[in-house]
Amino acid sequence: MSTGDTFLVLSAFLASGVEFVEALTIVLAAGLARGWRSSLAGLGAATVVLAVTVVVLGPALTVIPLQALRLVVGALLLVFGLQWLRKAILRASGYKALHDEDAIFTRELADARGAAHVERAGVDWYGFTLSFKGVLLEGLEVVFIVLTFGSAQGSIPLAALGAAAALVLVAGVGIAVRAPLARVPENSMKFAVGVMLTTFGIFWSAEGAGADWPGSDAALLGVLGFVVLFSFFFVRLLRRERRSVVRPVEVEA
Amino acid sequence: MSRLAAFGRFWWDFVIGDDWLVAVLVATAIGATALLAAADVAAWWLLPVAVPLVLWLSLRRAIRSA
Repeated sequence: MSTGDTFLVLSAFLASGVEFVEALTIVLAAGLARGWRSSLAGLGAATVVLAVTVVVLGPALTVIPLQALRLVVGALLLVFGLQWLRKAILRASGYKALHDEDAIFTRELADARGAAHVERAGVDWYGFTLSFKGVLLEGLEVVFIVLTFGSAQGSIPLAALGAAAALVLVAGVGIAVRAPLARVPENSMKFAVGVMLTTFGIFWSAEGAGADWPGSDAALLGVLGFVVLFSFFFVRLLRRERRSVVRPVEVEA
Repeated sequence: MSRLAAFGRFWWDFVIGDDWLVAVLVATAIGATALLAAADVAAWWLLPVAVPLVLWLSLRRAIRSA
């Protein structure tokens, strides 16, 4: 397996894992508050929509010439990845609250318990739509990552393999513990995904624009190291800045 | 119309997110890379230089608006 392929599987696994953990929280909240029948029906319906999206879009992407595909996909991943990285750096430096799966679960559960019961097609409609929307929205990000990563690297099945491994792991642990996976280091995983998306975005968009990387595919490792380096540097810089801003306030108080 | 607007807003939030300036600057940097490459000048270094600057600018904007 080449460097690019290894990164492909790892990136798809990490990015999908984060999304599956978030989807699991919503499915669990819907199931516990509104009944498993409606929650699992929503999960199933969203899975069908996502599968159809992959089946329709997957082959269509493989027809596009590789350089044009890498340009578009690279640009999209770079913008998308910088969003993730910005949030992750703001969280790591204390400027944004950490993502807390337990708190989200409690909030979703309270909302779901308070909603009125309306039955449609034999299922509780609130539970169904909560689960359906949650899985569809989180799943769309997985589909986006699998299709863009897979097509630009020339192997959608490898990207799908990474995502499937994450699904099996998250679903398995979710069924075993029947609680939100609050112990998953989600904030660190999101940081890693932001780094991966930005790395691939830089690499592919430059290639797609016609630039040649010194060392070809091996340059991916250099780009990865560089992205990690400046990301941690920014976290350090912002942490120091935040401490110097917070201290005078504490002294005044 | 409202459904179409909601659909457009969803994709805007999904891809562009909180800071539209990132998308504009990234597109500009990729365009400049393409121009350099078309002129047979080494262009691989441009994005690794531009991306940290764009990210830093976006972080400052997020902190200022918080």
